[in-house]
Amino acid sequence: MNVNQVAESLLALSQQEELVDLPKNCPLSENEDDGDSDGERKHQKLLEAISSLDGKNRGRLAERSEASLKVSEFNVSSEGSGEKLVLADLLELVKTSSLATVKKQLNRVKSRKVVELPLNKEKIEQIHREVAFSKTSRVLSKWDSIVLKNQQAEQLAFPLGRERPAIAPIEHALSGWKARTPLEQEIFNLLHKNKRPVTDPLLTPMEKASLRAMSLEEAKMHRAELQRARALQSYYEAKARREKKIKSKKYHKVVKKGKARKASKELEQLQKVNPTVALEELEKFENARMMERMSLKHQNSGKWAKSKAIMAKYDLEARQAMQKQLAKNKELTQKLQVASEIEEEKGCTEEVEELLVPHVVNEVQMNVDGPNPWMLRNCTSDTREAATQEDPEQLPEPATHEVSESEGEERPVAEEEILLRDFEERRSLRKRSELNQDAEPAGIQETKDSSSQEVLSELRALSQKLKENHQSRKQKASSEGTVPQVQREEPAPEEEAPLLLQRPERVQTLEELEGLGKEDCFQNKEIPRPVLEGQQSERTPNNRPDAPKEKKEKEQLIDLQNLLTTQSPSVRSLAVPTTIEELEDEEERDQRQMIKEAFAGDDVIRNFLKEKREAVEASKPKDVDLTLPGWGEWGGVGLKPSTKKRRQFLKAPEGPPRKDKNLPNVIISEKRNIHTAAHRVQVLPYPFTHHRQFERTIQTPVGSTWNTQRAFQKLTTPKVVTKPGHIIKPIKAEDVGYQSSSRSDLSCHTVESKTNHHTSQ
Amino acid sequence: MKVKMLSRNPDNYVRETKLDLQRVPRNYDPTLHPFEVPREYVRALNATKLERVFAKPFLASLDGHRDGVNCLAKHPKNLATVLSGACDGEVRIWNLTQRNCIRTIQAHEGFVRGICTRFCGTSFFTVGDDKTVKQWKMDGPGYGEEEEPLHTILGKTVYTGIDHHWKEAVFATCGQQVDIWDEQRTNPICSMTWGFDSISSVKFNPVETFLLGSCASDRNIVLYDMRQATPLKKVILDMRTNTICWNPMEAFIFTAANEDYNLYTFDMRALDTPVMVHMDHVSAVLDVDYSPTGKEFVSASFDKSIRIFPVDKSRSREVYHTKRMQHVICVKWTSDSKYIMCGSDEMNIRLWKANASEKLGVLTSREKAAKDYNQKLKEKFQHYPHIKRIARHRHLPKSIYSQIQEQRIMKEARRRKEVNRIKHSKPGSVPIVSEKKKHIVAVVK
Repeated sequence: MNVNQVAESLLALSQQEELVDLPKNCPLSENEDDGDSDGERKHQKLLEAISSLDGKNRGRLAERSEASLKVSEFNVSSEGSGEKLVLADLLELVKTSSLATVKKQLNRVKSRKVVELPLNKEKIEQIHREVAFSKTSRVLSKWDSIVLKNQQAEQLAFPLGRERPAIAPIEHALSGWKARTPLEQEIFNLLHKNKRPVTDPLLTPMEKASLRAMSLEEAKMHRAELQRARALQSYYEAKARREKKIKSKKYHKVVKKGKARKASKELEQLQKVNPTVALEELEKFENARMMERMSLKHQNSGKWAKSKAIMAKYDLEARQAMQKQLAKNKELTQKLQVASEIEEEKGCTEEVEELLVPHVVNEVQMNVDGPNPWMLRNCTSDTREAATQEDPEQLPEPATHEVSESEGEERPVAEEEILLRDFEERRSLRKRSELNQDAEPAGIQETKDSSSQEVLSELRALSQKLKENHQSRKQKASSEGTVPQVQREEPAPEEEAPLLLQRPERVQTLEELEGLGKEDCFQNKEIPRPVLEGQQSERTPNNRPDAPKEKKEKEQLIDLQNLLTTQSPSVRSLAVPTTIEELEDEEERDQRQMIKEAFAGDDVIRNFLKEKREAVEASKPKDVDLTLPGWGEWGGVGLKPSTKKRRQFLKAPEGPPRKDKNLPNVIISEKRNIHTAAHRVQVLPYPFTHHRQFERTIQTPVGSTWNTQRAFQKLTTPKVVTKPGHIIKPIKAEDVGYQSSSRSDLSCHTVESKTNHHTSQ
Repeated sequence: MKVKMLSRNPDNYVRETKLDLQRVPRNYDPTLHPFEVPREYVRALNATKLERVFAKPFLASLDGHRDGVNCLAKHPKNLATVLSGACDGEVRIWNLTQRNCIRTIQAHEGFVRGICTRFCGTSFFTVGDDKTVKQWKMDGPGYGEEEEPLHTILGKTVYTGIDHHWKEAVFATCGQQVDIWDEQRTNPICSMTWGFDSISSVKFNPVETFLLGSCASDRNIVLYDMRQATPLKKVILDMRTNTICWNPMEAFIFTAANEDYNLYTFDMRALDTPVMVHMDHVSAVLDVDYSPTGKEFVSASFDKSIRIFPVDKSRSREVYHTKRMQHVICVKWTSDSKYIMCGSDEMNIRLWKANASEKLGVLTSREKAAKDYNQKLKEKFQHYPHIKRIARHRHLPKSIYSQIQEQRIMKEARRRKEVNRIKHSKPGSVPIVSEKKKHIVAVVK
């Protein structure tokens, strides 16, 4: 392969030589004019010219005669011989001769990579620039997050706050440092001798204490607190002084009274919380009482009292004043009752509470504890009724019954209450169901499903039974007033069983309902009936426990009706496919039928016309009756303003014709008010994506009329806050926690740093 | 006998001292405060109207220059000090609180092309048409001393702009190339070129301080990295960019003031599409400066007005003009973000409020609360047509107004033509170019 390449290169070389030769020939011939073989040359030329005239002789035969003085280095090859150098000859030479060394050299040259041409200067510069640009933009992109943060910030306060540099303790600074030089070591030894801490706790206790001492801010806060306390104290003192100066006796009296009231209130609280302290307090009261008894205050022995005593005969007021004073004395010297109560308190607090708290309240509380907190309201009303009912019951019973009612006994009472409530509910439900039943037949007759009719008939029968039950119940309820309590308590334990039973029952009925749908295929409709009847027969013996069941059944009934009315179309559609699977045409017809049925009631066109009429009516300006009865004529009851007047004042301004007057199929709303439209935003503004968003922002008020002070301040914070008179410096990398990009991080050979050298000038 | 009567506990309504606040019982039951939306709407409407009533942005005019004001600079440490350079080579230092000139320097012969302060505020640099860069002390010369620059650098070419590094003793000038100088040397430590056109302004990035941006008269904006001493990228726009300004809060965002009446906000990492095209001016935009909060910027235009744009909006929120103000050449937003200064052709520097209706001075807490509430209401109801109309309404000089109308017609005509072309050509053959991309000719790597 190498050989071939060499050959090729040689070939190229030879071609080049040829190319070079041709122009060289011409000047050569001209230059040799001065030679002595001038004539011969000319002759030769002439011959050549003549021979070339016929155009055949392209390859002229140059002949080498003798060595000339000026031998061109290029002339060697082609000029002399006349035959061109053929590559094959050379190749042959290469092949035959032993040029191994040359070959080797050539190979070596070939194997060595050729140094590429240096790029031109512009290209180099461009590359430099591109590299520098990418570097710089990488450095700059660290600002992206900060710029974004600042753009999205709720508030920017300028000048941007700078964090104070944290002062690192000396230990940290010196932790990595060790004594190296002998001098240092000597010093360290000295320090060790003196037992000064060297490495770990470099600080003396004193220094540490000073470091640990309050920071400036803390100290400031502390000082402010102290100041505040002092100020408050001084205010209080001033207030006290002011009050002390007041001469009005009435004022002092009021103050004293207020204090006494307060004290008594506190005492009450203390009794509950801390009886021992309360006792001490009471002792104080006792002392005061003793003092009062000892003193002659409020006795009729003072100067004022004596004068009043004289006046008392004639003056009613004086008499009253004296009486008041005496009453006061009595009040003050009276022994306090509370003390005795407290002693008793430990014995039987419950009783006292029971005495104090009315019975009804207790019951309510019990109910609250009970299963249904939602019935609270009913409960109160019920209890009221119950109270009225129970009154006659309780009258014959001994009064001790109430008192002896312990906690254990209270529960049955509560249960009774629940029962009563239940009865009430049931009663109301029954009434409702009766109404429903009255309404039923009409609805049922419309549904032509025979099965449902049957079921309904069953249900009707049931409901009749229920009615009877209900009537009997009513009678019972009326008679219940006289029935002793013990009898009423009977159903209570049984009550729970039906309550629990409710669920399975419902499931059964649901199954029945499912069965209803399939009744066409299954003819065993009689099965559920006996079950029902059986259940009834089971329950008939005792009516009362049956009551919830009946309620249940009533509910069922209602459900059923709902189902029938709502599901009737779906039942039909279910039935349709079974019959029509074979014929597709019928399907279409049926669909049409369905649509017809679906829209059977509404006539669209008529509706539209009606709508339009309504719209027109609504948009018409209304007459305004401005007649003033009695104005300019007689007025009064039964008198009407004259027709003339009425005509005069009735205003019916004719509006402009409607735009859709001549368009029967269109309603053009003319509600848009031009005057308000000027105040409306026509296009959704930019940052909002939905009109509702925009509306919401507009509808939330900002002002302090609608917002608390704090919220108002928060809502109205300005986006940019600047301090007047403060210079705002450009943002710094150090401020935001970055290292400022210094020169060192990029190679620089141009600038020497001589910062701050010049500041002195 | 017990008399039943209504009684209130005095503790609920009587103050303990007269210094206490009166207790006002509030009932937040919404049924007691009906019609929330209409009431707030009316409040918002009133707030908007009052805002317009109180919109008096013009504060002061500083006169003293004897030629058009060509450049302005803020003092980095002092809010009250402002420096300005005029077209006759004069530099003046102003005190804004007293509204007077405190120092005058004849700095250059010919224009003062650029002025910038050092980050420490002790000295400032100027470049002029006389091919010099001069450094001056901020404080005036002592008694009997001559007014002389600290340093003077004689250059070979005219410098058209200068900006100082935000942290180091390095500044950059521009002219035929962008030179970066060390303050101690008389030769630039680094020269960066890309193309051979004159560069009109150069600005250091205030956040990533080694970045520079420049704009040249061959319609391009070039970004440089000082550390790597190379240009980074170049974007070519439809027309020449007069100046750029970096966002002080967002390191990679800058805004370019263009001759085609628009401003372009770029993310420097993606130069092929501007983040936002801000249009409202009706003539070339000559200068732009960011609010220090980075939320807004102000632009000065040849149409004799300055406009304030929110960064993320393409339309301006405010336009300031006076009868006497001519072409506005330079504009600056003060570093407390409350005021705007602009220097114009007719030798005056004007001071404006950044918020036209803002009350100056100390606000009581109730005033502040009312202001915040009103602001919130205006924001909430800003889309309502009545409120929008009132809030947007501005009086404009006839020249600007008619120009706007004219340009609207022109724009509509262009749009119609484009639409027609799309309609009458094979679908897909005429590309639909978005407004943002329309003005970008190329991005050169």
